[in-house]
Amino acid sequence: MRTKIRWWRYALLTLAALAFAFPFYFMVVGAFQVSPTNSPSSLFPTDGWTTQNFTNVNARLDLAGSLLNSLIFTTGVLLGTVVFGLLAGYALARLDFRGRTATWVLMLLIQMVPFQLLMIPLYVQVTRTYGLGDSYLGMIVPFAINTTAVFIFTQFFRALPQEVFEAARIDGASEMRILRSVAVPLVRPALVTVLLVTFIGPWNEFLWPFLITKDVTMQPLAVSLANYISNVAGSTANANGAILAGATTLAFPVVILFCIFQRYFKASEIGSAVKG
Amino acid sequence: MTTTATRLRTPRRPWWGVQPIGTLFALPYLVFVAVVFLYPLCFAVYIAFHDYIFTAPGVTVPTPFVGFDNFVDVLTDPQVLQSFRNTGVFLVIFVPLTVVLSLVLATALNAGIRFASAFRVAFYVPYLTASVSLVGVWMLLFAQNGLINTILGPLAPSPSWLINSGLAMPTIALYVTWKQLGFYILLYLAALQNIPKELYESAETDGANGRQRFLNVTVPGVRSTTTLVLILAIILGANLFTEPYLLTNGGGPDGASATPVLLIYQQGIQQQNPDTASAIGMILVIVVGLLSLVASRLNRET
Repeated sequence: MRTKIRWWRYALLTLAALAFAFPFYFMVVGAFQVSPTNSPSSLFPTDGWTTQNFTNVNARLDLAGSLLNSLIFTTGVLLGTVVFGLLAGYALARLDFRGRTATWVLMLLIQMVPFQLLMIPLYVQVTRTYGLGDSYLGMIVPFAINTTAVFIFTQFFRALPQEVFEAARIDGASEMRILRSVAVPLVRPALVTVLLVTFIGPWNEFLWPFLITKDVTMQPLAVSLANYISNVAGSTANANGAILAGATTLAFPVVILFCIFQRYFKASEIGSAVKG
Repeated sequence: MTTTATRLRTPRRPWWGVQPIGTLFALPYLVFVAVVFLYPLCFAVYIAFHDYIFTAPGVTVPTPFVGFDNFVDVLTDPQVLQSFRNTGVFLVIFVPLTVVLSLVLATALNAGIRFASAFRVAFYVPYLTASVSLVGVWMLLFAQNGLINTILGPLAPSPSWLINSGLAMPTIALYVTWKQLGFYILLYLAALQNIPKELYESAETDGANGRQRFLNVTVPGVRSTTTLVLILAIILGANLFTEPYLLTNGGGPDGASATPVLLIYQQGIQQQNPDTASAIGMILVIVVGLLSLVASRLNRET
């Protein structure tokens, strides 16, 4: 009886894992094929390999330039989140100051406001009022400090023993000094989780940069690839291969990063951050 | 959470707090929230109640207060009503599929099996990957001459999935379920780890089989997470944009997979009517709020 239950469990998980992994397999294999297959009999090709698809898609949307834009956009968000998110998280967890409860309530409220509602006013604000259309700053601003990351930092600092901080205070260290010499050196485990969680936001974001970048040389890869899929794909030879090549270029930095750092992507931490 | 911390400190707590520098530390985040959330939120409400148009920088034109006119326009627009119906179709498919599949898979993963981390990687990767990439893949898989139709052969739907008005929205729902499931599995895994082992042991002693333990221990044990999953799923369903924009080529066929956010984009940015677009946004948020409230009530009582 027991072994039977176990067997079913593995069968179920394997089936699900195959369903999750198959489109990725299809994407990578298709990206390197002269003509990506549509028939199940040729799902495991042995010949017809090529890198022409990457050349084709590159001719239309400048892969390197788009990747660089994605990278700048993502780095800006990561910097803002790590610096200001860490400060806010530390203060919320460890310092007693006026406005702490208000900040906490605001954080909970923000998680309930969908970005899409703010799309129109933010678009007006950023492109018309601040004149930041087609700029990296304009892309970064709405995502500059990831609220989930602030939650993760807060939970992390809260979980540290109170004595560590009390000892430093008794020794007469200033709050600035405690932050620099006690809190920041301890933060590394939370930092990796925060970087992973924050990275996927701007890297994968489509709607916002799509709204504010009309200049193709400023578009992150998600935007230029989407434009390629919806507008120009029809006019390329082997359009399917080119789409899959572009999709692979956009997807794989995240997939690889995640596979390397997956042990830091813990259910308990992220779960509690989402719940607040 | 603050009570224990304050009780330990001196009874005379200054108005600015014991460590007023905390306000300085939190200030950048507060400014960010004010600029990117609070101000636009108020601005969205302002736009929705006025006759607002885009102008060139520096030009001021009157934007008269028009009361509920924009809301009346929106609620009598068949396109808008259809987009809300489409979202309903999406939720009816997406929510039950997500709750059942993610809870079952999380339970299977949680039982201390081998290769758990390999399975987890496979489940999370679609969630972490850009929707634009994956939509590209699904578009080819579900195309007229795509792999899925080739496998189905004579059973393939006609017209094909993404250009069939009855199947476009269900296909999007299937795609989003697949893409997001890893995140919900993650939430359920966190919840499962908090169910005391003793509950399962005593259920086993009472002679409950695996299915009974799942229904009587696991399902009630993760109820608060199920409420969270329901609410997050409703929010997600209300915010679909990339999928109808790319997968069904702008909400096609003939608006059968148009979503409210797609209309906000089309009316607000493309047709330059930010006022009606903001009204759609506000109605959407109110509907989402009500649905979330219903979801949490229902889940509390049963």
